[in-house]
Amino acid sequence: MKNLTTTVIFNREVAPGYLRMRVMAPDLKAQVQPGQFVMLRVRKGTVPFLRRPFGIFDIGQLPPENGNAEPLDYLELLYRVVGEGTALMAGLREGDPVEVLGPLGNGFNLRIPAGDVVLVAGGVGVAPLLTSARAFAASHNVELLLGGKTRDDILAVEDFKAAHVPVRVSTEDGSEGVRGLVTQLLAGRLREGRPALVAACGPMPMLRAVRDVCRDAQVPLQVSLESLMGCGVGACLGCMVKGAAHTEEHPQLLSVCKDGPVFDGDALAW
Amino acid sequence: MNNICQDTAQKGNLDAHPDLSVRIGSLCLRNPVMPASGTFGYGREYAALIDLHRLGAIVTKGLSLRPKMGNPTPRIAETTAGMLNAVGLQNVGVDAFIRDKLPFLRTIETPVIVNFFGNTLEEYGEVAARLSDLEEVAAVEVNISCPNVKQGGIVFGTDPRAAATVVKLVRSRIAKPLIVKLTPNITDITVVAKAVEEAGADAISCINTLTGMSIDIRTRKPRLANITGGLSGPAIMPVALRMVWQTVRAVKIPVIGIGGICSAEDALQFIMAGATAIQVGSANFADPGAMIRIVDGLADFCREQKVFALRDLVGCLEAPDRGW
Repeated sequence: MKNLTTTVIFNREVAPGYLRMRVMAPDLKAQVQPGQFVMLRVRKGTVPFLRRPFGIFDIGQLPPENGNAEPLDYLELLYRVVGEGTALMAGLREGDPVEVLGPLGNGFNLRIPAGDVVLVAGGVGVAPLLTSARAFAASHNVELLLGGKTRDDILAVEDFKAAHVPVRVSTEDGSEGVRGLVTQLLAGRLREGRPALVAACGPMPMLRAVRDVCRDAQVPLQVSLESLMGCGVGACLGCMVKGAAHTEEHPQLLSVCKDGPVFDGDALAW
Repeated sequence: MNNICQDTAQKGNLDAHPDLSVRIGSLCLRNPVMPASGTFGYGREYAALIDLHRLGAIVTKGLSLRPKMGNPTPRIAETTAGMLNAVGLQNVGVDAFIRDKLPFLRTIETPVIVNFFGNTLEEYGEVAARLSDLEEVAAVEVNISCPNVKQGGIVFGTDPRAAATVVKLVRSRIAKPLIVKLTPNITDITVVAKAVEEAGADAISCINTLTGMSIDIRTRKPRLANITGGLSGPAIMPVALRMVWQTVRAVKIPVIGIGGICSAEDALQFIMAGATAIQVGSANFADPGAMIRIVDGLADFCREQKVFALRDLVGCLEAPDRGW
């Protein structure tokens, strides 16, 4: 875990309201586990005051150039403009300074039995799944089920294809792929055969539906949760969720930032 | 750290090492910078990010007699130049703290100040008793900004008599330096400040968060599940500074200034208003390096101003007589 003051390499819109931002991330690549996140500060000052959490979309290395003997690590985020903080972030240009705290939290558990891995994403929830797809693909057959409201919410398909991960798409308005919800795609996929793991990221209602489908089919599930966060390191207790063992008498509250953001489906109280 | 709490600073060493040490009652700190309770976990959460040995003290998350679950989420919301929180004092409880959290803190050579609270008067006394013999606990900070569940939920710290009763009880159970953290959600903070001083407090820390609220106009719902919460961050600093200044003038015991401090310049305003030490709260979230920057900035300011010992700046405010 580091707190890097670094600079933007590029920051560009890839679909209406969605951007990809790449920043320099010296010596970070070796630390990052698929599914981890960073807390980003887009400018010093008091507005916005808190950092924002973003799943790590990609981490890689720039080829050596300009006399650099070593390749330089970069970090890439895929994000949606939802409020003031991300609107400011969308205005960043090449060379602008940003602060990156990370990598944070626990990523996907890659030690799973043999079999297929089905990734399920809703909209920008696809972000933490790309590096995970690559990691799982080293030892498993991996595919991605990607859902959105419209075709504008279907992101990063080419990146998965480049990683040899087949992608099936659903949209609620039918503007791309199958008309309907991604959970319907998942239910259909599970009827074709039982995978070793479903790994999902997206809005909470989607994750609940994914969880129900997986529970009924008795398929192991890992989910990556989104949450408001204050600190990202387990100090502020702003991002708590109830664990499966939670009762009023014996509370089991888990922090999305420190205990997650990836949880075993059975570890949470749904 | 050989010049901690010497009464006179060594001259001739100014450029290298201004003396930042301060004294809170019998407690000597290498510098006046410490985290505000609830923004730094139990210390370990930030150990990978900053050198805990560079802090004046570590102040823990507030503890209660039994583990406390806290409020439902959302518990935090960003507001203009600050944040609201309604965490609801979630904590592991004093026994789990002693068992699971204190062993790590024992390895850090920085004084540990344990913050605690009670849901009832008796709980304050019980927690104090459990902390009283622990060598690793350098001091305690008592949060009196919580409701007395046996007295219709009135907040201890808003009633000078209730506040004094708590402090007297804690005082009788623990010999360690006793800091009392005051709520700002009161008409005149000096009334409670004087009451807790008289009841035996060794120091006062103020302010706790200001009660606030925020609404999401699209959903027409409050942005905190608890509806109201505590406002912190730079937005509250002028209010905090005013209350610290008032408190300093009302009591003889040291005052620890808290409220929106993000920089050495902010910290110096509190020190000049009379705060002996300061706590950094939500700035830790925005910038985990904030406290270290402040320690460095205080030293820089002393060098720049040719001040040998930072404590010479405490209360140096040159207040006008307010006449024409």
